[in-house]
Amino acid sequence: MSQVDFIAPDSAEKASRALLAAGARPLSGGTDLLVQLRAGRLPPGMIVDLKRIPGAVGIRQEVGGFVIGAATPGMTLSEHRALGLAWPGVVEAANLIGSTQIQGRASMAGNLCNASPAADSVPALVAARATCLIVGTSGRRMTPVESIAVGPGRTSLAPGEFVLEIHLPARPARSGDAYLRFIPRTEMDIAVVGVAVNLTLDDTGVVLDAHVALGAVAPTVLLVPDAAAALIGSKLDDAALDRLDAAARAACHPISDKRGTIEFRTKIAGVLARRAAVIAHGRAEKRS
Amino acid sequence: MSKRQHISAVVNGDPVEFLSAPGTTLLDALRDELGLTGSKEGCGSGDCGACSVILDGRLVCSCLVLAVEAEGRRVETIEGLADGGTLHPLQQKFLEHAALQCGFCTPGILVAAKALLDANPDPTESEARYWLAGNLCRCTGYDKIIRAVMDAAAELRQVRV
Repeated sequence: MSQVDFIAPDSAEKASRALLAAGARPLSGGTDLLVQLRAGRLPPGMIVDLKRIPGAVGIRQEVGGFVIGAATPGMTLSEHRALGLAWPGVVEAANLIGSTQIQGRASMAGNLCNASPAADSVPALVAARATCLIVGTSGRRMTPVESIAVGPGRTSLAPGEFVLEIHLPARPARSGDAYLRFIPRTEMDIAVVGVAVNLTLDDTGVVLDAHVALGAVAPTVLLVPDAAAALIGSKLDDAALDRLDAAARAACHPISDKRGTIEFRTKIAGVLARRAAVIAHGRAEKRS
Repeated sequence: MSKRQHISAVVNGDPVEFLSAPGTTLLDALRDELGLTGSKEGCGSGDCGACSVILDGRLVCSCLVLAVEAEGRRVETIEGLADGGTLHPLQQKFLEHAALQCGFCTPGILVAAKALLDANPDPTESEARYWLAGNLCRCTGYDKIIRAVMDAAAELRQVRV
């Protein structure tokens, strides 16, 4: 492994100062970071463990929404009943990542800041309109999750900045979300395409508000307003789903690689958007 | 050279202390500093599960944990599974069902299976297979492994009644 130093600060401010050092990087679950370090893909530097910072691990409910600490593992998300009822799509997306062992460590903030275009939890967070609390040496700021990744493996975070919390907003009644991904097997793989849909319905089942996000079809996860507009005002009839399918496909600008071609990824984005919308709609109808 | 740090943790119920360089994995510390060589390194990248241990109640790959992260925490390894000379029911059922060939993956699978039965004493076969999806056996003996886990689960439920 690369030569590294390690500290586990007990405050966010100390962590931020430590992260100013050249090559310093934050550690939450380590399921990406340690693999990269062991493969020698990262230069030597300081590892700053976030898990001793108050609030970095755990989930709290606040003004109707949820605040999820940056280093909260996937298993903790799956055990939180209220979170799973309010945001089933976010939880299922996070829980698709890796094995049981990976779920014991891997966090959504790590998934976000690793900045893979195929990160499973990120489309679900984007569709959920999640925000994150960023701590830096000059203070704290809130920003939408989609502003973090700027390209594969690259983030907008300044030196000394890190994500401390992810915030999921308060949920209106009759809301539901869903995440689907395509992989060529049933488990333990990287998304070829991922789609998240988040809907709010009125009393008659008409879509009042919608958000659609796509993963693995562009250098970063995409929020697709045209796909959302295709659903708003509809009851998810075939015409609306056709419009959603077309809008999702139109937003794609993927690469061809060993996991899927441009044509395949584009086609599947439309198919998964339709299916995720139907699941989200069904969940919203059940949640009065 | 980074300075070695002093680590205090609880391993299989016993307090332990050791020195570790910051970049050393928990797996290497268990094997090389504490002499607990039951946990194996297969892939070293969190894919195979041969290094599975339970860290503060969570099943993890010890190859993806830094030893220094274990400061003040509880670690359970395969060496803590048997009760002295008495095998854990999972170990006994693995023997009865011949649920191993070369044995390299076995410690990790036993630890992962224990974590499963701690969380869910009555898993379906499908739940057991998904839970153990992160434990690879390259002798491809999965069928007997699953039978042994299901049989051990049934026996443990009998003991609890």
